[in-house]
Amino acid sequence: MAPWLIGFSVFFGYPLVMSVYLSFTHYDLLSSPKWIGFANYRYLFEDDPQVGGAVTNTLWIIGVMVPLQVMFAFGVALMLARARHGTGFFRTIFYLPALAPPVAATLAFVYLLNPATGPVNIILKQLGIEGPLWFQSPGWSKPSLVLLGLWGVGNIMIIFLAAILDAPRQLYESAELDGAGPLQRLRWVTLPTISPVILFSVVIGVIAGLQYFTQAYVAANVAAGQASQAGDQTVNNLGYPEGSTLFYPVLLYQHGFKFFNMGYASALSVLLLVVAFTITVLIIRNSRRWVHYAGAVK
Amino acid sequence: MSSASVPVAAALVRRRPPSSVRRRRFLLAVADHSLLITASLMFLAPFVFIMLTALMTNSQALSSHLWPSPFRWQNFVDVFHQAPIWRWALNTMIYACLATLGVLLSSIPVAYALSRIKWRGRNFAFGLVLIALMLPPVVSVVPLYVMWAKLHLVGTLAPLIIPNWFGDAFSIFLLRQFFLTIPEEYLDAARVDGCGELRILVTVVLRLAKPAIAAVALFSFLYTFNDFFLPLLYTRENPDWWPLQIGLSEFRSLHQVQWNLTMAATLLVMAPVIIVFFLAQRAFVEGVTLTGVKG
Repeated sequence: MAPWLIGFSVFFGYPLVMSVYLSFTHYDLLSSPKWIGFANYRYLFEDDPQVGGAVTNTLWIIGVMVPLQVMFAFGVALMLARARHGTGFFRTIFYLPALAPPVAATLAFVYLLNPATGPVNIILKQLGIEGPLWFQSPGWSKPSLVLLGLWGVGNIMIIFLAAILDAPRQLYESAELDGAGPLQRLRWVTLPTISPVILFSVVIGVIAGLQYFTQAYVAANVAAGQASQAGDQTVNNLGYPEGSTLFYPVLLYQHGFKFFNMGYASALSVLLLVVAFTITVLIIRNSRRWVHYAGAVK
Repeated sequence: MSSASVPVAAALVRRRPPSSVRRRRFLLAVADHSLLITASLMFLAPFVFIMLTALMTNSQALSSHLWPSPFRWQNFVDVFHQAPIWRWALNTMIYACLATLGVLLSSIPVAYALSRIKWRGRNFAFGLVLIALMLPPVVSVVPLYVMWAKLHLVGTLAPLIIPNWFGDAFSIFLLRQFFLTIPEEYLDAARVDGCGELRILVTVVLRLAKPAIAAVALFSFLYTFNDFFLPLLYTRENPDWWPLQIGLSEFRSLHQVQWNLTMAATLLVMAPVIIVFFLAQRAFVEGVTLTGVKG
């Protein structure tokens, strides 16, 4: 227990307190932190030209990707639960992409969705459709990331599948006796029984969305390198193209670890902490209305 | 009609219906699962295209041909000449193995203390674990970086490995939930026999909790194998310590490498995870559902 308490204080308690302190300072790692009061926060809320875009991008990815992932995973899990043959085989296929390391998966998608030579646009062209520019266009870069996110939906899918198969048979049978059609059974039996799992995946999804970084960073880096061909490392590729993939954590990374504005990065992280905490509490509070715990004791 | 008059033939028919019937049944099954099959093909397609591209020559990869001709297996050899893949793989293994070992050694005793030993402040400590679990790690990243920078350890793997030796909230949580399901009688029996808590933990609990421990080890290994953010912060400036993920993300821009080789490298980085998955499939699925249902 003791080592963990040390670990907890060093790697968790200390950073938390320190983040708050640093957020009131100007600190570049070289000289010691200089107290500047609320200046970082004032800059954050009033002047920083990038914060608005980063917040919008993050809200966009959470608002679009999380619901789509949940619905998609639910749909796949339903199909798998209904299938009579080869369930294990199909389950493996749907789960595999979730295993692919995010960097590798992102790299693969940047290639697949390459506007000129990527397989997706080649196939679309043969079907007579002019494919979009995907990761190269500000309008399509986030939808491309959503596709990537849907491909890796296996974890949620497995959890949903387990929950659906866990639903008591008698419930379906009595619903059927009462004359409920398939859709009604879905609405009044399946959904309520798996609602705790839906809540779980929404909370996890939102928290992950607030921290969305790796895919955005890699996609921007690779897509930008491809556009310039020279692969110039000194150029700031974060958010490519045109800041459309500059999510909040990417902004934090830029200030903290590219510009080494530790004070300002701390202010950004404190704001993220407050928002993440508030959102989690709000979701869990509201959930009491629609989440159904069977024989709830919790 | 004929089968009714010849019973033997009827039995045969029942065992092996005529091909037209079989085909019809097969088609029905396909139709019934058509949505599932279409969806699974779409999930497989990216893997297929990565594989095909990894076998193309560079000019093919840039053309509109989807099928490689000739197949260029040489790509998988060339990748190793283009970049220090073995060095990256070694770094990843050092990081993943030491971190996983640390997570297990530190989290198991804490989880045991939080579930099976009664002491004052236990609930409070568990509350801390839950808070640590909920909060985004991005939040603590700046002060920790400052700390490691002061210790002159930025540019090494130490900042990635050491924190794992002090317990990991997710693993503690998962193990605690599992330990709680072990019947108290087992532990009491051991206590009556004069076992200390440490011996109970080692001889009784660890044996019963093998699936949960396997799941925690697996998750920890995968997490570190796939980790990108922390290695980016701490090793970016020092290519000697790059793990595979950083190396792969820089692969193209560093060497101006073509897409065919990049896809071959991508495939090589994906392969270990997929192999581990097939070797440990049961622990995997159990672990995932354990987090979902019990969490």
